[in-house]
Amino acid sequence: MLNIKDLHVQLEEEDKQILKGVDLTVEAGKVHAIMGPNGSGKSTLSYVLSGRDGYEVTSGEATLDGEDLLDMEPEERAAAGLFLAFQYPVEIPGVGNMTFLRTAVNAQRKARGQDEMSAADFLKVIRAKAKDLKIDADMLKRPVNVGFSGGEKKRNEILQMAMLEPKMCILDETDSGLDVDAMKLVADGVNALRDAGRGFLVITHYQRLLDHIKPDVVHIMADGKIVKTGGPELALEVENNGYADILAEVA
Amino acid sequence: MAEPATQSNPTEDRLATLTMPQNGWADAARKAALARVREMGLPGRRDEYWKFTRPDSLTQPDAPKASLFHNDEGPLFDDMDRLKIVFVDGIFDAEKSDDLTMSGVRIDRLATSADIHWAADLYGSLEADGHYVQRPLAALNTAFATDGVLIHVTDKAEKPINFIYLHENETSDAILHHVVKVDAGAELTLLETGPAAARFNKSMEVDVADGATFHHVRAQGRDHERRAITHIFTRLGTESTFKSFTLTVNGRLTRNECVIDIQGDDAVAHVAGACVGDGDFHHDDTVFVTHDALRCESRQVFKKVLRNGAVGVFQGKILVKQGAQKTDGYQISQSLLLDDDSQFLAKPELEIYADDVACSHGSTSGAIDEEALFYLRSRGVPAGIATDLLTLAFLAEAVEEIEDEALRDALVERLEGWLERHRG
Ligand SMILES: Nc1ncnc2c1ncn2[C@@H]1O[C@H](COP(=O)(O)OP(=O)(O)O)[C@@H](O)[C@H]1O
Ligand SMILES: [Mg+2]
Repeated sequence: MLNIKDLHVQLEEEDKQILKGVDLTVEAGKVHAIMGPNGSGKSTLSYVLSGRDGYEVTSGEATLDGEDLLDMEPEERAAAGLFLAFQYPVEIPGVGNMTFLRTAVNAQRKARGQDEMSAADFLKVIRAKAKDLKIDADMLKRPVNVGFSGGEKKRNEILQMAMLEPKMCILDETDSGLDVDAMKLVADGVNALRDAGRGFLVITHYQRLLDHIKPDVVHIMADGKIVKTGGPELALEVENNGYADILAEVA
Repeated sequence: MAEPATQSNPTEDRLATLTMPQNGWADAARKAALARVREMGLPGRRDEYWKFTRPDSLTQPDAPKASLFHNDEGPLFDDMDRLKIVFVDGIFDAEKSDDLTMSGVRIDRLATSADIHWAADLYGSLEADGHYVQRPLAALNTAFATDGVLIHVTDKAEKPINFIYLHENETSDAILHHVVKVDAGAELTLLETGPAAARFNKSMEVDVADGATFHHVRAQGRDHERRAITHIFTRLGTESTFKSFTLTVNGRLTRNECVIDIQGDDAVAHVAGACVGDGDFHHDDTVFVTHDALRCESRQVFKKVLRNGAVGVFQGKILVKQGAQKTDGYQISQSLLLDDDSQFLAKPELEIYADDVACSHGSTSGAIDEEALFYLRSRGVPAGIATDLLTLAFLAEAVEEIEDEALRDALVERLEGWLERHRG
């Protein structure tokens, strides 16, 4: 599903290489986790895949179901089925959460040649999904992420994911800053979306989240590269011993 | 053969093209206004108050041509119950207008009003009082206005009045003057829509008595090449409310001046504007609020969206006179510059002679928030729509000044349409 080959990325503004040859394949129906020290390039990878400005791909490729992601506008990548749950969701004063989501859902449907969702249908669907994530009507009406707590912002990301039903979901430290209950809600939200046709790339520092969202494959990223790949036991190893041993071993 | 050199006087050159109408009760006010024009002289490029806006096209003898604009938008507020008063190129059109009668309100046409009229005390008087800073184009309007209406609101008006200004002649030069007197406890909502004329000089004097309410919602749009100078002069009594909102889309040159004189205690005055301009567009909001009473609140909220070299101007002043304690004055002017060619020029001013007041003002210029734009796009919202959403969000604080939801929705729809047609 998601194929990344030898991806090299540097900053546009300065001559600084951040990704130094990332190779990664996420198959449909699988959950891959990426762990790694701060600054290793995990967020950069997620931003480059979703099309944020400021990065220059110097070589390599990234495709989603064979389509070249790097050649598309961010909205085209979204319509192609890519979704990024942001590490730091953005606050947008003046744009209602509900308006935003309906615009997004309908824009994607339009891009895929589907009919727009009626206001009534949309309301029905979003109410049910919001309820599962304990997002109340007030949060839906408020401007996007404005005045939301850290946990509310992350649940709002999962709500967007649930509404947009992407093929390939990237979650960037969605667990950071969540208490145990919120983590459970988020994990349930993710698990509800697990499906044979859908892939997940879960960036996290903690085993906690992976207890709830059981990964099939775990990657360790360091200094802009995937340095080790293994099964769920790799996450436990990190949890118990930190990154030092693994990094020493691959150095 | 060379023309003989003549010492030209722009004020007299302009006055030479005008004829003062005769209508009995207003004649004295007109003559006094003409004297004011001559004394002040029409504004020139070197006038401090016209530093950011060139007055030439507003003062030159003839109106510059303005082509008519066509799109398939229906008339604004068309589905609302309102009393329509239509002017075509500045001339009242009885055929197109509704019958000028409704309960709670008496409406007369300026041009044909009776010889003795209640408006005699008001016509030109609020304007004459409004020259803390000279406004010669308003005095010119008082002297030479050829049409307009006189509205006396004695009760809660049955429905809004809508001035509809149609523009059909490419060189029309219209001077309209309205007087609105809202009696104690009475209420009126006044709507103004339409491009009016190639060049439009419009003045409105609004006397809001104790406990009275005046709501004003205006949309200046359509024909892009038009030019307009408009003035509102208002005087507020005790516990009265004045709220005015203007949407401006298109227009080569628009200057909206609003002069608010708060004379009664506990009064509320809000004036707000949203404008969107693309290209050869110059929009100027000039506001002067005087607090001369206790515990009054004034708000000025102006937002401008500018692209492709469009220019926005804001000159806003809050003057708090001695003894006007507990004044609550707020002023914000902001621009969203959608490219590097556009500019916003702002001159916010506070002048305060009372010691127990809370006044604040702020002015900013900014670009679209790239983080927010990427966030929206990453959810599949195309860049154009995402920019529109952020633009509407920027304008929201001004638009929310419109209390009536139906009016607000109608204007937001116009804004959305304009933004969609002007995507970069
Ligand atoms: N826009 C940027 N400007 C400067 N440095 C950046 C930028 N984006 C990322 N970096 C740098 O790239 C490296 C990787 O960052 P990031 O992808 O956020 O790592 P992670 O998510 O793994 O913690 C860090 O050294 C970070 O400082
Ligand atoms: Mg990160």
